[in-house]
Amino acid sequence: MDLLDKFDSIAALRASLPFEKADPFTVVMEEIISETEAMIGGRRTILAGTNNYMGMTFNEEAIEAAKQALDDFGTGTTGSRSLNGTYLSHKKLEETIADFYGMEHCMVFSTGYQANLGMISALGGKDDFVIIDADSHASIYDGCSMGNATIVRFKHNDVDNMERRLKRLPEDAGKLVVIEGIYSMLGDAAPVKELLEVAKKYGCMTLVDEAHSMGFCGENGRGIAEQEGVEHLVDFYVGTFSKSVGTVGGFAVSNHPKFDVLRYVSRPYIFTASPPPSVVASAIKSIEAIKRGSNRRAHLWENAKRLHAGLKDAGFDLCTEKAESPIIAVHFPDVMIGTKFWEQLIMEGVYVNMAAPPATPAGMFLMRVSVCAQHTTEQIDEIIKRFKTTADKVGLELKA
Amino acid sequence: MAKAETIEKIYELIEPLNKKGIDLAPDVTFASDLELDSLTVMDLVADIEDEFDIVLPLNLLPELETIAHVADAVEKILKKG
Repeated sequence: MDLLDKFDSIAALRASLPFEKADPFTVVMEEIISETEAMIGGRRTILAGTNNYMGMTFNEEAIEAAKQALDDFGTGTTGSRSLNGTYLSHKKLEETIADFYGMEHCMVFSTGYQANLGMISALGGKDDFVIIDADSHASIYDGCSMGNATIVRFKHNDVDNMERRLKRLPEDAGKLVVIEGIYSMLGDAAPVKELLEVAKKYGCMTLVDEAHSMGFCGENGRGIAEQEGVEHLVDFYVGTFSKSVGTVGGFAVSNHPKFDVLRYVSRPYIFTASPPPSVVASAIKSIEAIKRGSNRRAHLWENAKRLHAGLKDAGFDLCTEKAESPIIAVHFPDVMIGTKFWEQLIMEGVYVNMAAPPATPAGMFLMRVSVCAQHTTEQIDEIIKRFKTTADKVGLELKA
Repeated sequence: MAKAETIEKIYELIEPLNKKGIDLAPDVTFASDLELDSLTVMDLVADIEDEFDIVLPLNLLPELETIAHVADAVEKILKKG
């Protein structure tokens, strides 16, 4: 029995996609020109699908700090946070993030994915319940599979649907409600205030993943909970360095007095090497820059609104009524026109994410565009223009 | 074996998803007979939860392959109250 046979239907689906000149699954960035441009297939391409929201990948202070850390501490820690992998800089980074969130405690993980795995699997024990949104990121679902809690799922962003489920759970059981501030595929914001208030009414602890909202939501860029003024209802924040912070890694913060015990029980924290010193050093500088980055935040929102309005006016079918985040998702009627569109758009010199089920909700086929604070207004207009040209070339009907 | 009444209610919830017009029976499977993808099955589970006012944990899903499995699970949860 060939163990790979079970993937034959996936391989067939993959092979059936009609790409000729370019393929979204084999994109290679040959040269990175800036936060917003790269060479792809020998073409100068505007990057509009990188999650590099705050444009921190070339922040000068972050680069300098990373170079210094390479010289001083080497290329890697070769060890777990629990053994030889905690350097002074890891502690400094945890302090920086705790300070950024105005909270007492922080744990740094090697990736954002592991932060969710590590938090959810450790918090949700055998007799506990973890209540999640149906459209949660894979890292949340995987954290659930890894732990031993009973998993209850509610309809995406539906407060009543969540409440009906919370009502059915034992009053005195341990309960963790997990939500995301911004959902990564459609770029829609959660009704955090209502969700968290209901969660608290039923005695739940709460975890909010601000992966796609940190940096630009809220006055200090802490995320949607800050923006909506409900930070006091959040027991745990989870976040990542791989989006607004511009490097890689993840974190969890909390005011819980017993928080640090998680360092001894969270397997994705313990059984992996800690982030390399250069990554840690750049993350510290980047988070400091984000904290004072209100101009960047403002420009990012201008870009998001301009792109949303431009595509909407052109007649594209957008997934949100207005720009709720720097993620602007465009809905396509079917796979064939969607794949053709992606291929033509990259030939026109714009890179966006092609998103298909099961990563997307309700079987949707999307072009997921994400903007950067470093995009110029001209670049945003250029993206809109090339979307229109592409629609024309592939025969996508736009709404009048 | 679950009560006919429970199975009937589940049939009603499945009917709108039964695009291929399969004759519903207790041994009909969600994946191979009805060809429902995992996300659709999860949405169906949500409807079943609301219909019976129960919690059908996500963890149980891999074991629920047929309509009878779901009906049995529903009754077991209802009995536990």
